[in-house]
Amino acid sequence: MSPQKMVDIYILGKRYSVPDSLTIMDSMEYAGYKLIRGCGCRSGFCGACATIYRIKGQKELHFHLACQKQVEEGMYITQIPFFPGDKKLYDINKLEPNADSMAQLYPEIYSCIGCNSCTKGCSQDLNVMQYIAYAQRGDLEKCAHESFDCVMCGICASRCPANITHYQVGILARRLTGKYIAAETEYLIDRVIEIGDGKHDHSLEELMGKTLSQLQELYNSRDIEK
Amino acid sequence: MYTAEMRELIKKVESTRPQRIGVNFERMTPAEKEDVLRENHPDYKKENFRVLRVGKNKGQKVPLELANLIEANSRINNTQIDLSKINYDVDVLVIGGGGAGTSAALEAHNKGAKVLIATKLRFGDANTMMAEGGIQAADKPNDSPAQHYIDVMGGGHYTNIPELVNALVKDAPGVIKWLNDLGVMFDKEKDGTMITTHGGGTSRKRMHAAADYTGAEIMRVLRDEALNRGIEVIEFSPAIELLMDNEGKASGAILLNLETGEYVIVRAKTVIISTGGAGRLHYQGFPTSNHYGATADGIILGYRAGAELAFADTIQYHPTGVAYPSQIFGALVTEKVRSMGATPLNIHGEQFVYHLETRDVEASAIIRECLVKNNGIETPTGVKAVWLDTPLIDILHGEGTLEKRVPAMFRMYLKFGIDMRKEPILVYPTLHYQNGGLLIDENGQTKIKNLYVAGEASGGVHGRNRLMGNSLLDILVFGRRAGLHAGEESKSIDVKDLNIKHVSDYNKELLENGVVTERVSPMLLPHYTHGR
Ligand SMILES: Cc1cc2nc3c(=O)[nH]c(=O)nc-3n(C[C@H](O)[C@H](O)[C@H](O)COP(=O)(O)OP(=O)(O)OC[C@H]3O[C@@H](n4cnc5c(N)ncnc54)[C@H](O)[C@@H]3O)c2cc1C
Ligand code: FES
Repeated sequence: MSPQKMVDIYILGKRYSVPDSLTIMDSMEYAGYKLIRGCGCRSGFCGACATIYRIKGQKELHFHLACQKQVEEGMYITQIPFFPGDKKLYDINKLEPNADSMAQLYPEIYSCIGCNSCTKGCSQDLNVMQYIAYAQRGDLEKCAHESFDCVMCGICASRCPANITHYQVGILARRLTGKYIAAETEYLIDRVIEIGDGKHDHSLEELMGKTLSQLQELYNSRDIEK
Repeated sequence: MYTAEMRELIKKVESTRPQRIGVNFERMTPAEKEDVLRENHPDYKKENFRVLRVGKNKGQKVPLELANLIEANSRINNTQIDLSKINYDVDVLVIGGGGAGTSAALEAHNKGAKVLIATKLRFGDANTMMAEGGIQAADKPNDSPAQHYIDVMGGGHYTNIPELVNALVKDAPGVIKWLNDLGVMFDKEKDGTMITTHGGGTSRKRMHAAADYTGAEIMRVLRDEALNRGIEVIEFSPAIELLMDNEGKASGAILLNLETGEYVIVRAKTVIISTGGAGRLHYQGFPTSNHYGATADGIILGYRAGAELAFADTIQYHPTGVAYPSQIFGALVTEKVRSMGATPLNIHGEQFVYHLETRDVEASAIIRECLVKNNGIETPTGVKAVWLDTPLIDILHGEGTLEKRVPAMFRMYLKFGIDMRKEPILVYPTLHYQNGGLLIDENGQTKIKNLYVAGEASGGVHGRNRLMGNSLLDILVFGRRAGLHAGEESKSIDVKDLNIKHVSDYNKELLENGVVTERVSPMLLPHYTHGR
């Protein structure tokens, strides 16, 4: 095991010396914080830990998930555990998958000035401005795929001069795509009807009545799809 | 970034690769499985379990860390709480806003019930959000609920409760359709055919996925829908004790506002516990794939109120947790990576186990390779690990497959300087899933009147071992069933006085059985200092 190398970081402006092997999230705990906000999955999936930092002596701001970014010397760190983005309420069953739905719920997307701050701020390196452009055009499927890996951390919205809540636009596009645009799965519909009609009840009841050794026999000799 | 020593070892993996391609490693016989489990699986390490001295399961063993929380003091001992000041009065209280809780809330809401979700962190900060691999359902023409049933029972070593498995497999296609109709973007071909794969222990390719963001995609859609419906959600407010009425029926909960420290009293006609798993208890010192709030709270609350545990001594260790780099130690490498052909290898670049055995067997084989046979690769933090030969995926299925099908994994490793398309990765089992929990029936009911449990906090569905993709299914099947039932029942329930007599009764029982302790539970959040 190699000895720890320490770096100085600044959490909300206060200096702490922490091992350089830690993530930003772990370094806060090392410094003595007990996290309540700003920490969820600890694996890069939930978007709870949006973090902004700047390296001492430099101008540029950086945007990351605290659980997915290793500390560096001179980091000035703050988290955005909550951002008051705007989510519109809707009944998904009453929407149509087109530009009008988008325009009615989120008209501010047309105020985009093309500054690209959203894309620069994305903790997942998504092309956020591009997916907003797809939404403007009503190309919901493209918007859905381009935004698919979004963890809704909120940094994009916090950076937007046009007050767009990008991640809410993304999820609307995805839900409309999943529900209306992607092709229906015919065999799935059939199977649900079969089950509703009780067509599988008998075979299941039979299995529920099997003894341990009968089940073992069935399991060990079952054919496995290649 | 790999160390120089590791890069040297990778050369061995590369040198054996051409001979391994297309050669199927032999599966274990039932007897071999039994042997490797007995020798290596953490569930067989007796010294890490303890017999409970109180409650419904008195005399049965559970992991030490869980026993410590079960045999602990309530957070409200010595606290004055005014139960007549009711802050929320609802039909259905859902404790825990993960996948189980949110689907329960939606179905209860469909029944016209007034629903409240109380959750510990943000709405959706949950194990559900992290599920990567997929969700099982027997919908394809070559598959059937009966086929699924056999796989579930075999995977669970025939200990599962048949009625629960019946419900699980029978509702499964309906759950996929429900999600699809809510707008979940499943991986599909142009003609609507779902792209499905095998998981460990499946006999049909019935793993439905949304890239490797399956849980995230499901969770964010369910959350969006709950918000659209106007269901009230209180975040950062975990339940710390259940409330009962004079007849011993569940009738609400005490919440703790984590930010202000205030108590919140919720009166409810029915209560659904959907608080998820326990990975953050770090059984036997294992790292975990679970989210920050997975601390078994619901089990503690339910047990104190008199609900029964089932299979609480069986834990799932996922075979492939990240062993290196240390920043993501314990994080999950989805089973889908193996489903798509990546195989585990030892330090000599040799495969030592079929890559898709059930999880308990696969994990045990990896532990044996590292700790018994001493064929592991040592990482800079002193952990032993095995290779997972991920470059095989693009070799087998064509360039670009890995990035397209497991983008989250690819991104995670890339952030720490490892390109898993080109280099194998280092893995070791991680504490992943609580197979058991509070015993339920087909409608999610416990034996305490008006108390329901759904999701990972429940026990019985999976018996002693769960198969990949059956948990996302379980939480939705039983979340929906519990929500429907509780929503309907609450129409004819009239809650009268609230009390917490069960807590003082429990305290008495602790004393009578010689348990004197300073410990307090539920834990709510773990405490980390990272070696300081
Ligand atoms: C990394 C990972 C990958 C996985 N991959 C798969 C997969 O591919 N397929 C599959 O089928 N399964 C998978 N699983 C398992 C599956 O995701 C979980 O078992 C399942 O999602 C649990 O759902 P749940 O709703 O029961 O609990 P959770 O989703 O964990 O939700 C529980 C919620 O309750 C809250 N809570 C906890 N305590 C309290 C309290 N005291 N008061 C109020 N709220 C509380 C939590 O904060 C959380 O929000 C995976 C799990 C993990 C961790
Ligand atoms: S804590 Fe979930 S993304 Fe970092």
